[in-house]
Amino acid sequence: MLSRVAERLYWMARYIERTENTARMVTAFNHLALDMPYQTRVSWAGLVSITGSEAVFEDRYSEYNEANVVKFLLGDPANPGSILNALNSARENVRTTRDRVPTEVWETVNELHLYARFNLDAGEGKRGRYRYLSQIRSRCQQITGMLAGTMSHDHAYDLIKAGRNLERADMTSRLLDVGAVGLLARGKEVDEDISPFEGLLWINILKSLSAFQMYRQHVRRRINAADVLRFLVQDPEFPRSIGHALAEVEHSLANLPRNDIPLRMAMQVKRHAVDSQVDKLLEPKELHRFIDDLQKEMAELHGLVAETWFRLDKAA
Amino acid sequence: MSIDWKAYDPNGFYDELISAPGIPRPAAKTLTDYLRSLGDAEIHERKQAAEHAIMEMGISFTVYTEGGNIDRAWPFDIIPRIIPRTEWRRVEAGLRQRLTALNMFISDIYNEQRIVKDKIFPAEILSQSRNFREQCRGIQPTHGVWAHICGSDLVRDADGSFYVLEDNLRVPSGVSYMLENRQVTKRVFPELFENYSIQPVDEYPSQLFDMLASLSPRPLDYPEVVVLTPGIYNSAYFEHAYLAQRMGAELVEGADLVVCDDDCVYMRTIDGLERVDVIYRRIDDLFLDPEAFNPDSMLGVPGVMRAWRAGNVALVNAPGAGVADDKVVYAFVPKMIRYYLDEEPILSNVPTYLCMDDKEREHVLANLDQLVVKPANESGGYGMIIGPHATPTQLEEFAELIKRDPRNYIAQPTLKLSTSPTLCDGHLEPRHLDLRPFVLQGVRTDVTAGGLTRVALRKGSLVVNSSQGGGSKDTWIVDTDTRD
Repeated sequence: MLSRVAERLYWMARYIERTENTARMVTAFNHLALDMPYQTRVSWAGLVSITGSEAVFEDRYSEYNEANVVKFLLGDPANPGSILNALNSARENVRTTRDRVPTEVWETVNELHLYARFNLDAGEGKRGRYRYLSQIRSRCQQITGMLAGTMSHDHAYDLIKAGRNLERADMTSRLLDVGAVGLLARGKEVDEDISPFEGLLWINILKSLSAFQMYRQHVRRRINAADVLRFLVQDPEFPRSIGHALAEVEHSLANLPRNDIPLRMAMQVKRHAVDSQVDKLLEPKELHRFIDDLQKEMAELHGLVAETWFRLDKAA
Repeated sequence: MSIDWKAYDPNGFYDELISAPGIPRPAAKTLTDYLRSLGDAEIHERKQAAEHAIMEMGISFTVYTEGGNIDRAWPFDIIPRIIPRTEWRRVEAGLRQRLTALNMFISDIYNEQRIVKDKIFPAEILSQSRNFREQCRGIQPTHGVWAHICGSDLVRDADGSFYVLEDNLRVPSGVSYMLENRQVTKRVFPELFENYSIQPVDEYPSQLFDMLASLSPRPLDYPEVVVLTPGIYNSAYFEHAYLAQRMGAELVEGADLVVCDDDCVYMRTIDGLERVDVIYRRIDDLFLDPEAFNPDSMLGVPGVMRAWRAGNVALVNAPGAGVADDKVVYAFVPKMIRYYLDEEPILSNVPTYLCMDDKEREHVLANLDQLVVKPANESGGYGMIIGPHATPTQLEEFAELIKRDPRNYIAQPTLKLSTSPTLCDGHLEPRHLDLRPFVLQGVRTDVTAGGLTRVALRKGSLVVNSSQGGGSKDTWIVDTDTRD
């Protein structure tokens, strides 16, 4: 497979996953916002900080309110991570590799892009939002399923899987960072008991990753920071846990040629996630630093993947 | 309200579907009856279904604008054009004959030049040809074929007979739209396909692949065939990707390929370098190899001409094939057919005046307001003038251009291009059209069943190019023998 094509497929997968994750996250926060009393601090600002785009946001809006944040995350052309921009990029990557991707996948990506664009108004409004976001989520999953079911599981597919899972691990780590902010709030209280706010916060993090139900089934304890962290960082079976997603990255990279350097890095990041001592991470600063380190390693892994397989001069 | 065929009047032009107002041609009767049975709302629904399908399938073309490139939905008219198969057989034979003679001509020009020595083809045309490539002298490609893929533009005049307007031998495009138009029509009018015996068109990508694979310099079961595209900003990018996908070939850009010291072409893959056997290039000669041609080209592959000359890679169409894709050379095609094949041309040329000839130029300048004048080497309908539609100032300016560079211009009478019913604002109106069939030549010669019909959507317009407001139609070659 051409290096250039490899790169575009990898990014296509990342953008589709990013779209799905953003849609999932906004849905969860939307539910939470409806649950919480008016004065609580479930702040829409948290959503922007998860995507790491506070600067772009503050350039464009004066206030972190629901309307602005939703607009920013769904369709703002200035936000490179908005759903619409991610889908634009996904579509462009498929359009320029449509010789490699099954036709039905291209058509679905194309339709999804059209759907997101033409129904944006409904998505930004309160009443249409749920339907809009769930459509986007399920269409993203449809694409993932079509790729699994109609594309040969060759090197191209391995790179798609690697891209998707790296993006997924990255998103989970970002959401956990919000948890760190929650811990910070607890740190100030004398009372060791979990405040109702914090319980809701962790539930919301689980829900943002569609992990609540699986957590309930597999952990079977009341929601608490340590267990949620363990589940989302280390669980080997839940597909959105960092440990699981990184293991998937590792398996995909293991199939690719000339893989020593990126594969070694993938194994290293996974080990750091899976072997971490969760109990020691309950200090807000510790958790934040841990996540920061993981994110740096994941960025480095991405760099090595690009260096090894995407750079044209490396192939020569 | 439904369609009233008596109110549809092609105004003296030859119409593809009807022979006179209210009287359909025999092969078109099922279609016209069917269309009449549909109400306005239903026709509108079908039109919307087609537009929807085109959006969904992502059938697009790229338009260059000042603000960047736009990926636009393909303009398509849902009413198909019908040609009886008996008539098509003759066209098919004519196209085969024509491409065979053209390839013999190109081979001859780059080798012995018998046709020049025998004074059938003037040497000065060659010496002034913009598409003659010195670098190709003495080369003899596999099967003696230079132009493996040809898209000839055909038009019908008022009497209904087909004329060849030009032969595109460089990088003809449009075949993907022919294939997609059929897909869309199948979605929009599935019931018509039950009542008609329509020649299928989908074999083209397999035929193309087989032809390309047969040119591999290495005798392999699985030669590496690639489609070389200038990239996503090219107006035909959609087609490049489409054909690569249908053939299972790799779609590459110049930067993906490299020619190594062994004079072989390789592509850069995640496994490292892989040898390439056949390049279906969709890049013009001059951009193909910065070592051999335009040194500033960013699109090409340095050294690819070296590899081709050494016989290590097949280039399709061969570099230099464009020497026969020139409106001046075009005028000589009937002579070539007689010279090389000793046959009479089956398809006629449009009468053509060469401005390089003093007598003919005088005639052109005196009758400029009645003629169509075209530059020898432009495509896409650029740089031409349609006499009857031009202002006196435009005519004067054009006369100057002709005097300054006579070799570059030819003139033809304004043809009364045929029309076909086209959906305009909810009702049918006659619009002018042409036809571009595609011919593949390798060991054997294949002609598409029909081709790409392009239609000028503006009333009275003769310009069918999609970059200039043209649309397209599905083209049906219909078996009338088996039906009453």
